[in-house]
Amino acid sequence: MRTVLDFEKPIAELDANIEALKRITAEQGIDKSEEIAALERDRERLLKEIFRNLTPWDRTLLARHPQRPYTLDYVRAIFDDFVELHGDRQFGDDGAIVGGLGWLNEKPVMVIGQQKGRDLKERQRRNFGMAKPEGYRKALRLMHLAEKFGRPVITFVDTPAADPGVESESRGISEAIARNLREMILLKVPLISVVIGEGGSGGALGIAVADRVLMQEYAIYSVIPPEGCAAILWRDPKRAPEAAEALKLTAQDAQRFGVVDEVIEEPVGGAHRDPLTAAQIVKDALLRHLPPLQKLSVSKLRENRYERYRRLGVWRIAEE
Amino acid sequence: MQRGWFAKRRRAEELAIDEMNDAWVKCSGCGQILFARDFERNLKVCPRCGHHHRLSARERIALLADEGTFAERDAEVVSADPLGFPEYPDKLSKGRANSGLPEAMVSGTCTLSGVPIVLAVADFAFMGGSMGSAVGEKVARAMEHALAQRLPIVVCSTSGGARMQEGLLSLMQMAKTCAAAAKLHEAGVPYISVLTDPTMAGVLASYASVGDVVIAEPGALIGFAGQRVAQQAQVIKPPPNFQTAEFQLEHGMVDIVVPRKELKHTLYRVLRFFTGG
Repeated sequence: MRTVLDFEKPIAELDANIEALKRITAEQGIDKSEEIAALERDRERLLKEIFRNLTPWDRTLLARHPQRPYTLDYVRAIFDDFVELHGDRQFGDDGAIVGGLGWLNEKPVMVIGQQKGRDLKERQRRNFGMAKPEGYRKALRLMHLAEKFGRPVITFVDTPAADPGVESESRGISEAIARNLREMILLKVPLISVVIGEGGSGGALGIAVADRVLMQEYAIYSVIPPEGCAAILWRDPKRAPEAAEALKLTAQDAQRFGVVDEVIEEPVGGAHRDPLTAAQIVKDALLRHLPPLQKLSVSKLRENRYERYRRLGVWRIAEE
Repeated sequence: MQRGWFAKRRRAEELAIDEMNDAWVKCSGCGQILFARDFERNLKVCPRCGHHHRLSARERIALLADEGTFAERDAEVVSADPLGFPEYPDKLSKGRANSGLPEAMVSGTCTLSGVPIVLAVADFAFMGGSMGSAVGEKVARAMEHALAQRLPIVVCSTSGGARMQEGLLSLMQMAKTCAAAAKLHEAGVPYISVLTDPTMAGVLASYASVGDVVIAEPGALIGFAGQRVAQQAQVIKPPPNFQTAEFQLEHGMVDIVVPRKELKHTLYRVLRFFTGG
């Protein structure tokens, strides 16, 4: 079933009207093409209008939209001959993080990303995209494999958070994320991360330290989910829309803070309305960003990456 | 981040101490009434039940640094309010008043039993020791100083995690501090991480977990997510010692759990292994 967000409802209503007119044309042979064309023009205008005025909370809902393309949708659309690889060689295989070998046009690349599920069964298998320590360790294993053979790494970020459960704690979820942060800084091959949905805190960052961080227009990136923030600030998770505002979690904010290098456009109305076009835009961005990184020497690449993260943050110098 | 659940614990602890007059202190572990003087002399560890009460950054520096050797660095680096976040300036003022410090992290150089080191110590009384841009900057600068001088570094953490009020910029301090730690790692400069009560979330999942040696204080709360979140997330019931120093030791995430009165000597023994000989 398609999910329609509240602010998408006027569009869904127009879609239903257009459908009805098309049915009449088909079933009764009455020509409604002019009315249909007029409605379609209205629809386009309305869609643009609505998406120009999205609040941070609207964007949060869009980033979590159940029909939004997930990592494997992008992998299928962007890379050729993807061979998925499994397991961390220590404990198991985590369905919340997928990875493998792929070709970006003529270039071999390692692809890694968080994967949510489409139906209940897959959601459970993939733990709603919340990776456990073995997921982060699988990601790191694949990055080191890429490094060994001089292949660049591309990661797709889409997770509400790292798995917070007892099992993950027992196997060192904090250590797994922390180690990835350190190792990604040291990696000798180019790294590009694309935030495609929810950039959920440390769970997202655990595969998102990169030379270039790209972010889709309606994705979010936050230190804490707005609901959690509202619960702490006002003891009221229902005030999440206000918290989303305060947290500055949009792609445009992330770019302003220097966390994200480029905001990647989405098709009008969001990636879920046209996943293939969305994927093509992401692919074009990857093809633009990768070659300059591959031209750098290993030492320059790593020096730039270090500086990129070393600069982040805003503080002040206190007067005596 | 996840602060609600141990804020309660913190309040209980503060109340217990505040309610008493100067001469007496009530242990928040066992409830025993203790002579304040004995309590202080015992490094704020209850002589009856062994509960380790929190130390301020200044107290911990006094515990670890040889007398008169601590020279503070980067004290001028303090928090701004880059997001214009609700009530953040008030919380910063309160943090300064509660801790008597300009920021939640104090860093500098000293000697520890004669070994020259860089020492950085967090203070829970300043906004729960949370890591915003200024804390991240101070940790990174301390590590860079250790690298430049080739001095071992000891970082003592106590923190609820990344500081919510600076949003994504706080999250990025996890990467920034780990970047600095990566340079130490590559250069072979020893980095000892000391986890004290509590060390959580974004701090545990970044620089605090990548020390060459990770030491924890007994009973310290150490974990990724709040206990409530952890319990809700799964059917598995957490063990009674869940997210304690002892739990993390048992699961291989901590090298040693060291009682406070032995902390300095243990650090000395570890530092000597890496720097002496």
